[in-house]
Amino acid sequence: MKSSSEILKALENESIEILRETAAAFRKPVLLYSIGKDSAVLLHLAMKAFYPAPIPFPVMHIDTTWKFREMISFREEMVEKYNLNLIKHTNAEGVAENINPFNTGASEYTRIMKTVALRQALDANQFDAAIGGSRRDEERSRAKERIFSVREAGHRWDPRNQRPELWRTYNPKITNDQTMRVFPLSDWTELDIWNYIEENDVPVNPLYFAKERPVVFRGEQMIMVDDDRFPLINGEVPVMKKIRFRTLGCYPLTAAVESDATTVSEIVEEVMNVKLSERATRLIDGEKEDSMEKKKTEGYF
Amino acid sequence: MTQELTQPIIRLVTCGSVDDGKSTLIGRLLVETDSVPHDTVAAARNIRRSGSTIVAGEVDFSLLTDGLEAEREQGITIDVAYRSMSLLNGRRLIIADAPGHEQYTRNMAVAASRADVALVLVDASRGIRTQTLRHLTICSLMGVTRIAVVVNKLDATGYSQEVYQGIVDELSGVATRLGITDYQAVPVSALAGDNVVHRSTNMPWYSGPTLLEYIQSWTKKSEALVKPHLGVQLIARAENFRGLSGTIFNGTFNQGDEVVVLPSKRKAKISQIVAHGGDLKSAGDSEAVILVLEPDVDATRGDSVELASNFTAPADRFNANLVWLGETELLHSRSYYLIAGSTQVPAIVTKIRHKLEITSGDHEAAEVLAMNEIGAVEIATDSPIALSPYKEDRNTGSFILVDRVTLNTVAAGMVNHILRRSDNVSEHKYEVDSLARATQKNQSAKVIWLTGLSGSGKSTIANELEKRLYATGAHSYVLDGDNLRLGLNKDLGFTRADRAENVRRVGEVAHLMADAGLIVIVALVSPFAEDRDSVRALFDKGKFAEVWVKTPVEVCTDRDPKGLYKKAADGALPNLSGVGQEYEPPINAELILDGTAEITANVAKIMDELL
Ligand SMILES: Nc1nc2c(ncn2[C@@H]2O[C@H](COP(=O)(O)OP(=O)(O)O)[C@@H](O)[C@H]2O)c(=O)[nH]1
Repeated sequence: MKSSSEILKALENESIEILRETAAAFRKPVLLYSIGKDSAVLLHLAMKAFYPAPIPFPVMHIDTTWKFREMISFREEMVEKYNLNLIKHTNAEGVAENINPFNTGASEYTRIMKTVALRQALDANQFDAAIGGSRRDEERSRAKERIFSVREAGHRWDPRNQRPELWRTYNPKITNDQTMRVFPLSDWTELDIWNYIEENDVPVNPLYFAKERPVVFRGEQMIMVDDDRFPLINGEVPVMKKIRFRTLGCYPLTAAVESDATTVSEIVEEVMNVKLSERATRLIDGEKEDSMEKKKTEGYF
Repeated sequence: MTQELTQPIIRLVTCGSVDDGKSTLIGRLLVETDSVPHDTVAAARNIRRSGSTIVAGEVDFSLLTDGLEAEREQGITIDVAYRSMSLLNGRRLIIADAPGHEQYTRNMAVAASRADVALVLVDASRGIRTQTLRHLTICSLMGVTRIAVVVNKLDATGYSQEVYQGIVDELSGVATRLGITDYQAVPVSALAGDNVVHRSTNMPWYSGPTLLEYIQSWTKKSEALVKPHLGVQLIARAENFRGLSGTIFNGTFNQGDEVVVLPSKRKAKISQIVAHGGDLKSAGDSEAVILVLEPDVDATRGDSVELASNFTAPADRFNANLVWLGETELLHSRSYYLIAGSTQVPAIVTKIRHKLEITSGDHEAAEVLAMNEIGAVEIATDSPIALSPYKEDRNTGSFILVDRVTLNTVAAGMVNHILRRSDNVSEHKYEVDSLARATQKNQSAKVIWLTGLSGSGKSTIANELEKRLYATGAHSYVLDGDNLRLGLNKDLGFTRADRAENVRRVGEVAHLMADAGLIVIVALVSPFAEDRDSVRALFDKGKFAEVWVKTPVEVCTDRDPKGLYKKAADGALPNLSGVGQEYEPPINAELILDGTAEITANVAKIMDELL
C-alpha cells in the first residue's frame, strides 16, 4: 500500500527532530553519505531541518574505490547542489594490499574497505556522532537498533547492552571513549523512501532507473560490468540487459534486477509488487544468516 | 471538550510471557497484511527451530519476528524490536515487541512509552497469571490508552466460550483497579488464524471486533489540545534571521500568538512560523518548525515556549513515578542528570515515597529502588523546569534520569504533580561573589578532599595542613567526618544510602564555605566513587581536588586509633570501609599520598601541587 502524505509528514517531522537534536547535542557530528536513496532522503531532510541555515555538519563518503562510476559523478553533483562540506576517505592500507572484491572474500573485503575504513575516518576526524540512513525494516538485527545508539571504544556495538530509549527523549551523553550512531530513518520503510522521493522531487542516482547496461551472470545474479577491472571468465562477453538497482554499493557485489521502471512512480509500483527483501540483491549479506549482526558489532553501519 | 484525532501512525506494544504465542501472533498479523517480503516468508517455510512441530512447508510465523543471533539460540526474544506494518485502512502500525520474561520490566516500559495500543497475551489454557497483571500495570502506568487482551490458543480449548468468559470476568476487576477503560478481550488462535485478521467461524458466540479491527479503529482522544508547547532544540541562525527550532506538542501555535519563554517567563509574540518551503500561519501537534519571536527575547536550547495565556509554571520539585532501569540501584540524595526533551538539569531524588508491588498494586515502604522496580518519588532539580503532569501530555510530562558517571539512562520518570513552584524561591545573585570574597582574603578558594580508610591519616594530615596554611596567613577550615557526625550528620548511619547522604551534605557545606572564599579541607572516608564524583560536579574545574590518602588496610588495622577495626573483627561493626564494606579507590584523584610516609612530606606535597 502506498504511504499516505500524512504518514510521510509524520515520519519527516520525527526525523527532523532527531537531526536537530544531533546537531545541538554533539561536539562534532558527521552525516555518513552512501550516495544511495536513503542518503538522498537523509540529505533532503537535513536541508529542511536547518533551513534557512545551511546543513551544520560535514558529510562523509567511505570510498572503497569499487563504487559504480555513476555514484561518484552523482556525489559530485550533490556537493554542488546542496553546497556540502564533503569528506572522502579510502582505507589506503587496504588499497596498498590490493584488497578487492574478487580475490578477497566478500566479508573480509567489506570488513577492511568499509568497516575498518569507517573506523579510521571517524577516529581521524574525531567525530563523536555519525548519522546514518539505516532503516529498521532492512534486516532483522537492525530492528533492535536504537535511534541514538552508543558505540563503545573501537566503535563496537553491544546489542545485548543497549541504552533504554523512551518517548521522544534521547540521551545524547557519551563518555570520552564512546561515540554515537544516529539513525533518523529508523521507522521508515523502503516504500516510504520511494514515496517521499516522489512527493518531494528528491534527486536520486540514475542507477535506480532501468536502462540497457552490460551485465554478466554469476550464479543466479546479474552483475554489471562497470569498468575493465572486472575479471571476465575466458571468452565471456557482457550482454546488454535492461536493468536497475534496488540498493547501491560496490558494483562487483551489487546484483541488478531486470526492470522497465524508468520513473520514480514506476519504481514505487515495482516495489509494491515485487515484495522481495531489499538486501536479497546484496551479495555480502547472504553469506550466512545473521551475518549483518556480526558486522555491526565490529562497527559496520 | 474531547477531540478525536485520526493519527496516520499507530504505535503498538506487544506483551506476553514466553510461549504465550506472541511471535506467532505478530508473524501472522504481518503476513496477513502483506507486510513481510515474500522471500522472508518463503524462508520461514523451510527453516525450523529444533523441537519445532510445525509441518515442513507451512509457515512458522514465529520465525518472522525473532531477532538477534544469541537470542534465537535461546529461543526467546530479549530486547525491544520494532517493525512496521501497513494497516488495511491506509494507516501505519509500528510494533514495539517487548519481551515477556519476568526480569525485563524495563524493556516493556521502553516499548510501552510510545505505544497507543497494547496487545496483552493470555494463554487461554492457563488463564490470567502474575505476568498478565504485571503487563497491564505497566501499560496503564506508561499511559497506553487502548488495551487489547488477546486470549490466545483457544483452539487448544476446543474454542470454549466458557474459558473465554472466565477470563473476561476475572479481567474486569483488574481493569477497574488499574483504571483501564478502553479494553477488549479478543478470543483468537494465532496458530490457526481465528479472529486475528479474519473473522473466525469457530467462535460464533463472539461478536466483538477482530484483533486487527480493534487496533485499526484507535483514535487519539485528547482533552482539547489547548496548551501548545515547543521545546527549544537549537537556535537557528542565518543572515538577518534568528529563530527557535523545535517540535510542537499538545496544541497549535498561530502567527501573532502571545507567548512566554520558560523558565524565564519572558514575553514575546510569534512573528513568524518557519518551515522549509515557506512560512506557516499556524503549526500543530508534532510539527517540527522554527518560531521567530518579536521581540527577540533571550532563549537557549532546553528552554520552552508556551502560550502567555496558558503556560506550565516552572518548578524545581516534583512528585513522579520512576521505573528504575539502571543496574545500580537508586539512592536518594545522589545527583543525576534529568533530561526532558532537550532540557537537562542536575536533579536529586529527595525521597522515595513508596515502591509499587506490581502485581497486587500495593504500596510498600522502600529505601532504594532496584532495576525493574517502580516507585513514587520526590525529585528536586537544580534549576526550575517546565514539566506538566504525565496524564496531560506524555511528551511534556516525562523525563529520564542519567547516571553522572556512566552516562547511562537509569530511570524513566512520569510527573504526577508539581510540589513546589519556583516562584517562591529563586536563587538570589549577590553582587559580592565568591571571587570577590576570596580576593579580599588574598587567596583562591578551593576544596581539598581527603578520602581514605579509617586510620589512614586523613585527620592528622588535615590538622597539619591547616597549621601550615594558618602560618602563611591563609583563611581555611577543616570539615572532619567524625566531628560532623556529632551534629549535622548525627541522624545518619553507615549504610550505602546513608553514606551517600553524608557525603552529599559535607559536599554542600564545603561548597558554601568555598563560596565564602575559604580554603576548605575535608577529611572524610567517602568510600564510594559515585558519591565523590557527585560532589566534584558541584564545583568549577580546579576548585576541587580529590586526595587519596592511600594506606594499606593492614597498616590502618594496626594503628586502629578508634578501635574500629577491633570492633569489626569482633563482628560488632558490619559496615567498616575496607572490611565489611567496600572502599572504591579513586580513579581521578588529583593527588595520591602514601599514608605511611612522613606527615610533613605529605603536607608539603599538597601545598606544592594543589595550593
Ligand atoms: N607514619 C604515619 N602515621 C600516620 C600518618 N598519618 C596518620 N598517622 C597515624 O595514624 C593514626 C590514624 O590517623 P587519623 O588521622 O586519626 O586517621 P583517620 O581515621 O583517617 O582520620 C594516628 O595515630 C596517626 O598518628 C602518616 O602520614 N604517617
